Amino acid sequence: MFGAGGGTSSYTEIEEADVILLWGSNARDAHPIFFHHLMKGLDNGARMFAVDPRRTASAKFADAWLGLSVGTDIALANAVGREIIHAGLCDGAFIARATRGFEAYAAHVEPYTLDWAAGITGVPPEAIADMAHAYATADKAQILWTLGITEHHNAVDNVVSLCNLALLTGHVGRWGSGLVPLRGQNNVQGGGDMGALPNKLPGFQDIADPVARGKFEAAYQMELNPTPGKHLTLMFEAMAAGELRACYVIGENPADSEADVEHARKLLAGLDVLVVQDIFLTRTAEMADVVLPASVAWAESDGTVTSSERRVQRVRAAVPPPGQARHDIDILGEMARRLGVDWGHPSAQELWDELRSLSPMHAGMSWPRLEATGGLQWPCPSEDHPGSTFLHGWLWAEDLQGRDPAPFSMVHHEGPVEELTAEFPLRLTTGRALDSYNTGVQSGGFASPIRYGDAIDINPADAGALGIADGERVVVSSPRGSVEMDIRIQPDIPPGLTFTTFHFPELVDTNVLTNDAWDPRSGTAEFKAASIRISKLEPAYG
Amino acid sequence: MADVHLGADRASAVERAAVDGVLKRFGVDPAVRYETERLVISGTARRHQRRHYLLPALHSLQNAVGWISPGGVNYIGEVLQVPPAETFGVASFYDLFRTSLPDHPGDTVHVCVDAPCQISGFEELAASVAAAGGHVHHSPCLGQCERAPAQFVQAVGGPDRVPADAESFRLPQAGDPALRLLRRIGVADPTSLASYEVHGGYRALRRAVEMGPDAVLAAVADSGLSGRGGAAFPTGVKWRAVAAETGRPKHVVANCDESEPGTFKDRIVMEHDPFAVIEALTIAGLATGAANGWIYIRGEYPLATARLQAAVDQAREVGLLGTDVAGSGHAFDIAIWRGAGAYICGEETALFNSLEGFRGEPRNKPPFPTTHGLFGQPTAINNPETLINVLDIVTEGADRYRTRGTEGSPGSKLLCLSGRVARPGLYEVPFGTRLGRVLELAGGMTGSGELQAVLMGGAAGSFVGPSSLDLPLTLEDTRRAGTTLGSGVVMAFDTTVDITAVVVRIAEFFRDESCGQCVPCRVGTVRQHETLVRLSEREVLSDRRRGIIDDVAAVMADASICGLGHTAASAVRSALDLGLIGSGEGS
Repeated sequence: MFGAGGGTSSYTEIEEADVILLWGSNARDAHPIFFHHLMKGLDNGARMFAVDPRRTASAKFADAWLGLSVGTDIALANAVGREIIHAGLCDGAFIARATRGFEAYAAHVEPYTLDWAAGITGVPPEAIADMAHAYATADKAQILWTLGITEHHNAVDNVVSLCNLALLTGHVGRWGSGLVPLRGQNNVQGGGDMGALPNKLPGFQDIADPVARGKFEAAYQMELNPTPGKHLTLMFEAMAAGELRACYVIGENPADSEADVEHARKLLAGLDVLVVQDIFLTRTAEMADVVLPASVAWAESDGTVTSSERRVQRVRAAVPPPGQARHDIDILGEMARRLGVDWGHPSAQELWDELRSLSPMHAGMSWPRLEATGGLQWPCPSEDHPGSTFLHGWLWAEDLQGRDPAPFSMVHHEGPVEELTAEFPLRLTTGRALDSYNTGVQSGGFASPIRYGDAIDINPADAGALGIADGERVVVSSPRGSVEMDIRIQPDIPPGLTFTTFHFPELVDTNVLTNDAWDPRSGTAEFKAASIRISKLEPAYG
Repeated sequence: MADVHLGADRASAVERAAVDGVLKRFGVDPAVRYETERLVISGTARRHQRRHYLLPALHSLQNAVGWISPGGVNYIGEVLQVPPAETFGVASFYDLFRTSLPDHPGDTVHVCVDAPCQISGFEELAASVAAAGGHVHHSPCLGQCERAPAQFVQAVGGPDRVPADAESFRLPQAGDPALRLLRRIGVADPTSLASYEVHGGYRALRRAVEMGPDAVLAAVADSGLSGRGGAAFPTGVKWRAVAAETGRPKHVVANCDESEPGTFKDRIVMEHDPFAVIEALTIAGLATGAANGWIYIRGEYPLATARLQAAVDQAREVGLLGTDVAGSGHAFDIAIWRGAGAYICGEETALFNSLEGFRGEPRNKPPFPTTHGLFGQPTAINNPETLINVLDIVTEGADRYRTRGTEGSPGSKLLCLSGRVARPGLYEVPFGTRLGRVLELAGGMTGSGELQAVLMGGAAGSFVGPSSLDLPLTLEDTRRAGTTLGSGVVMAFDTTVDITAVVVRIAEFFRDESCGQCVPCRVGTVRQHETLVRLSEREVLSDRRRGIIDDVAAVMADASICGLGHTAASAVRSALDLGLIGSGEGS
């Protein structure tokens, strides 16, 4: 909505916020380092509202946990917006100067009354109103979210429904207030910044924009394909259609991490060529025709990483890669040479300087400055620019610095694609645990005293109704398949909801169960909402 | 926080009821409120607002089952949202809390081993308790030195008790018309507000309301009243500093954690004139503009605690506490918090930490309590003796008050007479009374009848010899003589007492009671004790070992955070200097 994809605020702003909406994020488990900044904010007196179907470890730090039904985020967000409008708590001057579409938005959310939203979300109306008032009346307020918002078939709608709230109240574009999607890894932000997106060149420059493309063509002295590429989910669709026959996978493990994973594996197996470049022999690498052993970014490589607060920081090689493993830059350079282009042997700094010459938001981040400052936040357009602690300050400029006002977005509540049925009456949502990481490629090799493996969490009442006991082995089925799992009875999960991680694909293929319905605009699958049935194991006869 | 727990242990029904009972008593709900299946209210603010209930909750658990079990710790984590590691850290700080399963069922009998009890046959008492099947725990001073040897019964499943409390009480100076601070003791019924008022009670508060805060502050300042805990800080300066603070909640605290070995004055005042403490604390609240009154009382004083609680309840009932105190238009109320056996918690900032539910470790000063006291807010903290002086100051005026005592030390002083005197007990004398006269008041020496030494001011004070009998007991004279009045301890030893054993025990006391937070005291008190044990074995102190004691004393005095380290070597060195120990002539 506002352009480049990055959190608008810095960590220190979270520490000084008055109100924090933690929406669809279990940061205590999934972003534990960031959560330390959040806890500082709480100790400094911030009020926190945790919006999550589960009463997560993070939600236990909240002043109020709002346990909405899975996939009802837009219903809740629109009701919050309506309440802010009806209570007269909008920032009228901000709306008039910096936004457009307010009247349409106000009319659009009018049906989203507190009572209606309470019926849809399951959250008491007073709690919705309380959150709306707290957010709107705060001096500095932050909305933080992660995959609870984005791993839905309507991920982008979910995000903009939250952005609407910031536009209503002026909680964006100034110190202390903002919108922050938390990144799952130390350098997810950097990947996007460097153009690892199907439609973007480095620095979020649109590949379809002839001026931007022309600049890169001049630098690279060759013509670039103006057609956007495919994101991951589209790639799998193209594989299914037989259009995509070869795949080069760098640092990703789709054979474990894709929704409806059995289907994904079949497609990978059916490719003409599969090349995997990784530091471990992942399940995907096991299927590959060629495996290129790579180096570890944080210990064996020189370069930069970029954090959720858009801070570019230097990393340095401490040890050489072991055995035949090589730096990613070397591997890619050799690939280019075999394909007929000699890129030479550029150093990390030389590549960085090339980026600075092409990406205006990185232009001011010279290697010596990155060394001296311990990191700079983009945009940093010139060497005398201090970097940007927060984004979108232009929203507060009288003339908007010549930009177009930010639009309100009209988005509807839809609910999860997969509805609950008599056959599949329980909702399954997935997430992460503190001591494991994604498909376990990096974390599975280490023991943890609090790891509980392939269990599925269920409310005591549901477990009682099903006649199943804590620790019992059960069959979990979705319309796509069945797996065996252990039951973990958890009072913190509401009735009707179940939860599991996807950290242990070697123990249970959770993603056999998940729904691969996806958002065409973000390419993210609806990992957060499948419908399932839990049944007792049939006793073995004979 | 709630997602942290100590193993899988769960609290028993008894333990849960014990903790729930504490919340009920204070009228607070658990930190986590389960509104519906989809709404739970909790959070940092609710957690912070409840942290100070940790100490009462631990008391309740200890009393219910005899120890602080892992299940109990986990339950506290649930309802107060205190992480188990912190709860354990706090519980393990205090002498009255057990953190492992006790090896005996039922009550624990604490038998005092400090000087007055040490020389009065505590071993025989301990042996007789053990012979009767009781479980004996050696305790530091229990504040009953006038009836040594002392014991305190820490109960399981019933109220704690002190057997001697059942005996009839008589003040040695009973009937003396010169008594001011003690004039109601043994005269008025300590359980009756009506009786207190008949004997002049609450006249001062009504007068204070008429005068207004500024006039009360002026009278307290003009009176020259200074703190009676040992530091002798001017009370008027302290109160004015708190009165000048605006914009934040303010507190007045009665420091009733009287734990200096040999001290029992506040206990007797609280037991026998509790309304006086409540009235004076209320005046402090009105004068400083503080709405919150707190009484932090040592856990070994069950009778005083009960009497104070009854007094607070009666005063509240008739509007002498509450939203409109005595028609003044000001709100003021008092809550009573029990300590749990830690000498260091008498240090004011350690007391704040303890009351707030943390380990009772002193804070660095500055900032001082007047700006950053209880809960980090402006706080005036005084002990009961200091407070009750205010009653006379307000009713009769500063000028009249100053007619007693000396120019430098106006008023009178409570003295705790113990040891080998004929009538140990609590005495009130005008400042300036000579030491010898005080011993005469107490009936003179017993034992050999010949004075060997007097320990002035308690373990943190110093010994003086027979040559000091003419010493006038004022702040200025004692300071000049290199000793101290401290908390009013006058502990007399005749020539038959083994002073070396007394001094070794004093060193052991400081070793045990050092909170361990800062290195000079934690290490210094141990080194001092080791050296004295060696001395007690050889009877002669080499120059080298005397050098160790002096070096350690200098480091503790210079570099410790609080008064415990500053004074831990005081009595020891005075005994050496006087030749009471280490000269090779010991008995």
